[in-house]
Amino acid sequence: DIDGVGHKYCLELELEDVLDKDRTVSCTAEVLYPLGSKTSAPDVQVTVQGELRSTEEADQEFYNRIRSLEKELVAENIPDSHGNVPPELEPIHLLASVASGYVIWQNSTENTKFHLAQVKHVKQVKRSDEDLQFDFVVLLHEMVSQEVLPWELTLLWHPQRGARVSRD
Amino acid sequence: QKVFRVIPQNDEQVEILSFLASNMEVDFWQPDSALLVKPKMRVDFRVEAEKSFEVEDLLKESGMEYQVLIDNLQAAMDAQFDSKVRTTSHSYVKYNNWDTIAAWTADIAAQNPDLVSRSVIGETYEGRPIYLLKIGKSGSDKKAIFIDCGFHAREWISPAFCQWFVKEAVETYGKDTALTTLLNKLDFYVLPVVNIDGYVYTWTNDRMWRKTRSKNAGTSCIGTDPNRNFDAGWCTLGASQSPCASTYCGSAPESEKETKALADFIRAHLSTIKAYLTIHSYSQLLLFPYSYTYNLPSNYEELNSIVSAASKELASLHNTKYTYGPGAKTIYPAAGGSDDWAYDQGIKYSFTFELRDTGRYGFLLPESQIQPTCEETLLAVKYIANYVLDHLY
Repeated sequence: DIDGVGHKYCLELELEDVLDKDRTVSCTAEVLYPLGSKTSAPDVQVTVQGELRSTEEADQEFYNRIRSLEKELVAENIPDSHGNVPPELEPIHLLASVASGYVIWQNSTENTKFHLAQVKHVKQVKRSDEDLQFDFVVLLHEMVSQEVLPWELTLLWHPQRGARVSRD
Repeated sequence: QKVFRVIPQNDEQVEILSFLASNMEVDFWQPDSALLVKPKMRVDFRVEAEKSFEVEDLLKESGMEYQVLIDNLQAAMDAQFDSKVRTTSHSYVKYNNWDTIAAWTADIAAQNPDLVSRSVIGETYEGRPIYLLKIGKSGSDKKAIFIDCGFHAREWISPAFCQWFVKEAVETYGKDTALTTLLNKLDFYVLPVVNIDGYVYTWTNDRMWRKTRSKNAGTSCIGTDPNRNFDAGWCTLGASQSPCASTYCGSAPESEKETKALADFIRAHLSTIKAYLTIHSYSQLLLFPYSYTYNLPSNYEELNSIVSAASKELASLHNTKYTYGPGAKTIYPAAGGSDDWAYDQGIKYSFTFELRDTGRYGFLLPESQIQPTCEETLLAVKYIANYVLDHLY
């Protein structure tokens, strides 16, 4: 408890690579939830102890594949009702998770627990600069209220520049 | 052609059946031949259409207990062929729609009459029969464990587990010593889908639907959260009074036909039901009461050690990590849950499972994970069942 400021949590976490379950890396984090009803995102400071594996090759491959598409990528329901994700859409699912992570961070309180439930819709938007742009409609599941809420967001991504959410 | 079911009570009646078999074409379905018939045994046999009147007269005259199991064999076979052609067939490693599950409940009972019987415990809001399967070798004075699945429509892995459990029971009876002992000594009531209307809705309209499909007065918002609808601290915390909310507690405890049917059944069988397991997803949790209060149940230590051991059993297969503990503290406080209600009725072993995963796929668990999820969960359920058997009360 920090008087007049909020609640601070000091965490020791183990990060598990979603694509390689045996790969873990430790990290420490400090999360400060602000007091009051104003909706501002918790402040997060993270230190990663160790290295995250390099995905340079796969990133570049994906980037080139999407850039060379004649028609913009459009897809729905990732995963589908039965949990299937076509292999070529797996990177899109991952990018949606990242983008959702940002939205979840911005909307989290001490009484929420969000997960990405499904990518309802994704549309690639071709850009004149070097970024890839994906407009998503994602469904976020909130555990305490059990609500599943649609959210529109736009993600910009570049293999070296990384991911940025531009509209949430 | 007709199929008869008779139960000869004594040697005299067995004689009559032998006489029948030697004087006309009788095709024994169960047992395989007239020689195997004994008193008190259930005997099923087929006769030609023209002979069926003669047979019925004979049975009536003898005073033997009989029923016509199949009135018209050809018609029954035709219907079966039609339905297999038109509907998708059942799979234990795929998600099955309601029609497929309903047909499966009939089939699994018909194919395993000594182990499985099906009954209807009520009707859903939209008029669908709520099927219950009773699994176990028949015996007297048997205690029972009640397992239900499909409370929440979108939690598809849950009904998949109930179907898997039944499959394991019938397929390994007589082969797996542990399960055979359990089925000999205990009965298992398995309710494959509680919230059938909701489940159908997730297949036809909205994959993310949770509640029932009942209308609410004065609003267009549909449905009640069945797991906030029981009379256990009803609607005090962790539930919403708004019909539009996903955790709407309903207009009153047991306002939903589905929850009322479940509660009625349990109340009617309270003296025999010794454990209650309700299967949900997701989060990988093993919970026990209470969720409607942070207070701990009187046998907290015992329940905690059971779930601790059961989680270990579960993890032993694929290293899937479960968290366990009392509901309010472990997941969130939520009143009106069936596990708390069952516990307060006197069923002192009451558990809620939240199956795979922890959020990567959530409700949309891939079909490839059905088998491993069911296999590991079965280990935990068997552990709990064995514990209950060793601690009957």
